[in-house]
Amino acid sequence: MSKKVAFLQGNEAAAHGALYAGCDFFAGYPITPSTEVSEVLSAELPKTGGKFLQMEDEIAAMAAILGASLAGAKVLTSTSGPGLSLKQELIGYGCIAEIPCVVYNVMRGGPSTGMPTGPSQSDVMCAKWGTHGDHPAICLVPASVQETYEEVIRAFNLAEKYRTPVMVMPDEIVAHMRERIVFPDAGEIEVTPRKTPTVPPEQYKPYDTSFGDVPPLAAFGSGYKFHVTGLNKMQDGFPTTKADVVQAEEERQIRKVDANIDDIVTFEEYLLEDADVVVVAYGSTSRSARYAVNVAREQGIKAGMFRIKTFWPFPDKQIKALAAKVKGIVIPEMNLGMCSLELERCAQGKVPVLGIFRVDGEPINPDQILEKIKEVK
Amino acid sequence: MAFDYDKWIRPGKLPHIWCPGCGHGIVMKGLIRAMDSLNLKKEETAVVSGIGCASRLPGYIDCCTLHTAHGRAAAFATGVKMAKPEMNVILVGGDGDGTAIGGNHFIHACRRNINMTYIIMNNYIYGMTGGQFSPCTPTGHKASTTPYGNPDPGFDIAKLAIGAGATFVARGTAFHANQIDKLIAEAIQHKGFSVVEILDDCPTTYGRRNKYKSVIEMMNRLKEVAVPVKAAEKMTAEQLQGKILTGVLYKDETKPEYTAEYAKVIERAQAAK
Repeated sequence: MSKKVAFLQGNEAAAHGALYAGCDFFAGYPITPSTEVSEVLSAELPKTGGKFLQMEDEIAAMAAILGASLAGAKVLTSTSGPGLSLKQELIGYGCIAEIPCVVYNVMRGGPSTGMPTGPSQSDVMCAKWGTHGDHPAICLVPASVQETYEEVIRAFNLAEKYRTPVMVMPDEIVAHMRERIVFPDAGEIEVTPRKTPTVPPEQYKPYDTSFGDVPPLAAFGSGYKFHVTGLNKMQDGFPTTKADVVQAEEERQIRKVDANIDDIVTFEEYLLEDADVVVVAYGSTSRSARYAVNVAREQGIKAGMFRIKTFWPFPDKQIKALAAKVKGIVIPEMNLGMCSLELERCAQGKVPVLGIFRVDGEPINPDQILEKIKEVK
Repeated sequence: MAFDYDKWIRPGKLPHIWCPGCGHGIVMKGLIRAMDSLNLKKEETAVVSGIGCASRLPGYIDCCTLHTAHGRAAAFATGVKMAKPEMNVILVGGDGDGTAIGGNHFIHACRRNINMTYIIMNNYIYGMTGGQFSPCTPTGHKASTTPYGNPDPGFDIAKLAIGAGATFVARGTAFHANQIDKLIAEAIQHKGFSVVEILDDCPTTYGRRNKYKSVIEMMNRLKEVAVPVKAAEKMTAEQLQGKILTGVLYKDETKPEYTAEYAKVIERAQAAK
């Protein structure tokens, strides 16, 4: 049987990816350029008994998904730059209280209101450093409509597997462009269920590390009663200021991601085997980069591309290995140098990192990238 | 026989953090008696709070409890209630948490008329942070950040709730301890968003700055200013000067409740499928 295909926007694909992953609760607030996610889910969720809420503000939307997730729902919110700033305190709440959720953020120009209809890639640092305090961060950066669909599903899976907020951050070009999408059949892509407790309610502790770094999470209203707080907590969920407990719990939260980097980090290697120059790119910028690499090859330059699919945790290991074998790294990005900082950190001065930075609301074109490739000696 | 509070208190979680003379414990006991009188199932009841002294209450109660971020109790609770409409969802918190940083979530929960109960302990001050003025601090009064007297006018929480669309609004005081459980029980039974404001006292950060010599004096003030709504009907405007009405101030059983309305959305979506 032939597969179902459609011609969709990235944002529409994100909504359908969420439904495939079993999302049954969405709360959001209108914001350009991500509102199509709300529009699709307001129509689709109730058809299967799911709930769609348009809340009074961005903060409320984030709060509502955290509350719903604790009550057992698989949850999503969507937003863009200013909304992401507003949600940051509660993203931190999700990290410390370890509540699975997916935050879909379309990157537009900024700071503040910036350029609401213009593309950007300037929220990538916000995904890791936006909320205060040390915390785990997972952020996926899709480059096509099909990939947006699939990465939203993966985000739900990672959120459940590691019991933490996961961000999906397409730039505005990916979010609004239309492409052909092929829908997977039911069961074709794995959907990770939440790990729920097997102990009787009287023995349940919401942060019981005897079950590993990711303790099972019961749902409110499922026969288990427990306490959840945004304060530093003990394994039973109640607040503590005991130094050793706080230190151990904070380290465990970070370790959930750090010890599983190979499971989380995904990337694409394009013509890298013999490459002298590597273009590192992500999101829509990688589409221009691929074209530039092809043209460079035609002109006899050994160029290749490393496409970041998982921005956080950062692919340190892979970039370090590349830096040891290429003559230079080119990084085109729609910000004034964010990924380039990470690349410089990984390259450790071994090779030059040449940036092409645009924040004028225009995409980076292949000619600009090709020109920079040729600067690598 | 004395009421057994222990069956609702989490073992090992007392003593509470509240100062001697604070009324929050009186409110907690009222809430416990109310939940007990309605035979609420602990596993089917969520108590949700924000940040502040009053918001520490859920940690002591033996059910599903959620201590959220400052001001956000109503928004988190809306998520819980929508995901599990069959659960009893009770919000607790203070005046600063609920009407300043959480003011937007408060009025919109009222507007939706979602079936939850919000108990606001109004002690006119931010107690936990040391006594800064709140939107409920009376004009002219002293707080740590109004050393020359508070220039701000205050909110009337009950009027705010009624204006925003809540369908059950009541007010009690920490002095009238035996009324608290009855108001809360009636609020929980009401189908819609119910608000119970309890006038409370903070001797530590409010009383001592505003010439209250003792907790007893603060409690006596609550006793003196409170007038039950029934009694107020027979009083003149002059007699009601400076008084605060207590009891059930507003009840509307006609406005649709939000989870029921959303169930209809699901029905319509499925019929159209």
